[in-house]
Amino acid sequence: MPPESLTCKECKTTYPLDARYVCERCFGPLEVTYASATGVDAEELRRRIQAGPHSLWRYRDFLPVEAPPRGANLPAGWTPLLRADRLAERLGLRELWIKNDAANPTHSFKDRVVAVALARARELGFEVIACASTGNLANAVAAHAAAAGLESYVFIPADLEEPKILATGIYGTHLVAVNGNYDDVNRLCTEVAGERDWAFVNVNMRPYYAEGSKTIAYEIAEQLGWSVPDRIVAPIASGSLFTKVARGFEEWIELGLVKGAVPTMNGAQATGCSPVSAAFAAGQVVCRPVKPDTIAKSLAIGNPADGPYALELARRTGGGIDDVSDDEIRSGIKLLAETTGIFTETAGGVTTAVLAKLAARGDIDPNERVVAVITGEGLKTIDCARGTFETYAIEPSFDAFEAQVPGSVAV
Amino acid sequence: MAIVVKIPTQLRAATGGAATADVEGDTVGEVLDALYEQFGELRERIADDGGLRRFVNVYIGGEDIRFLDGLETSVSDGDEITILPAVAGG
Repeated sequence: MPPESLTCKECKTTYPLDARYVCERCFGPLEVTYASATGVDAEELRRRIQAGPHSLWRYRDFLPVEAPPRGANLPAGWTPLLRADRLAERLGLRELWIKNDAANPTHSFKDRVVAVALARARELGFEVIACASTGNLANAVAAHAAAAGLESYVFIPADLEEPKILATGIYGTHLVAVNGNYDDVNRLCTEVAGERDWAFVNVNMRPYYAEGSKTIAYEIAEQLGWSVPDRIVAPIASGSLFTKVARGFEEWIELGLVKGAVPTMNGAQATGCSPVSAAFAAGQVVCRPVKPDTIAKSLAIGNPADGPYALELARRTGGGIDDVSDDEIRSGIKLLAETTGIFTETAGGVTTAVLAKLAARGDIDPNERVVAVITGEGLKTIDCARGTFETYAIEPSFDAFEAQVPGSVAV
Repeated sequence: MAIVVKIPTQLRAATGGAATADVEGDTVGEVLDALYEQFGELRERIADDGGLRRFVNVYIGGEDIRFLDGLETSVSDGDEITILPAVAGG
């Protein structure tokens, strides 16, 4: 299934596979299209995937590069899919799995999209990599550029969480903190991308970058024994991950690698930045931009590029898009940690809280197999853990221990 | 009002390569109409029936016009209007 062209999602105009992302005719987004597969031997293809590396490059046949990177690179993907029986029980569900994408080299799913964008950027001869980021992408671009020995420029909103800033600068990138929100950063980068010959992973390289998220679906299908779950719950910021996960399942169903239908797709947003959820509730086909105000900064995109496609997908699959408050997000982080041992960042709190909301509302049939996509690591938004538990502060004596720590007296 | 419009690289084929255009108008809608007068091809690229295509962002001094009064937003002498693709980021 070699990549064939970039195609406008709106008017279907095609372009060569270079660094571009906008249709010059109608301004619509471009997407990678692949040669149609004929005479695919599904069994042979499965064997080839299984013999591949323990990274997303095992799915090289479905990615828009000529070849996987040969030089130094960080192995993204192939993260654990964990059965979450205790969380399922708490929510009244039968079969629940957590796709833990915090287990990536820089602790978020962004390693996937950067791995693909950077590989393609090198093929196209770029020497400078850049991005507009809400934090996780900043970490990934800086790290992958360092591994590959490329210069990088990372643009972030100045008020990002400190761990995300520190875990970016350490890699030796040019870190640009912009006095504004993510949408301001994105606007600036869109302008810069037009004037500099740089590979902005989520601007001019966005068609390639977005393809990286399909590998989440491939892994889930492979890890479930080559089958498709009934429902996916995933966060929505720009809507790119949400739509590409569904696309990944679609491709494998079309090829006969897995049987079944595209899962019911449930999107998760923070109420403080919920343009897609609001449009879903109002029955609209486009999103009205908002000014974000939420602790879920990694999802704080007020003007989501793939909003219309996320809406269409949620409706087409019988799913939905919900939003949760900052308090619900904190509770979601705690619930996931207490029942699975996975400490996620605020975006994962959003996903878990929406999952809990769907379960409480009775939207999920108890017999469904559900997968929640946890996209990032709790240590990056560590402040959210503060004040959510009690610490027993004692003197170093056995008496103090017995007197002050519940359950410490032997029976 | 004399307004400067910044043209994104993707649309410069329609402006003969020009990165900016100087036009007159009292609202964003009037400014864009004046721009289409100057470069006819731009209209079919970014305009839709009575508005803008859904993947077009227009800013005045960095603020998205959808947070203002859209195409009815009034403009002042020396304002800078920026047209950009909406499909970046995330």
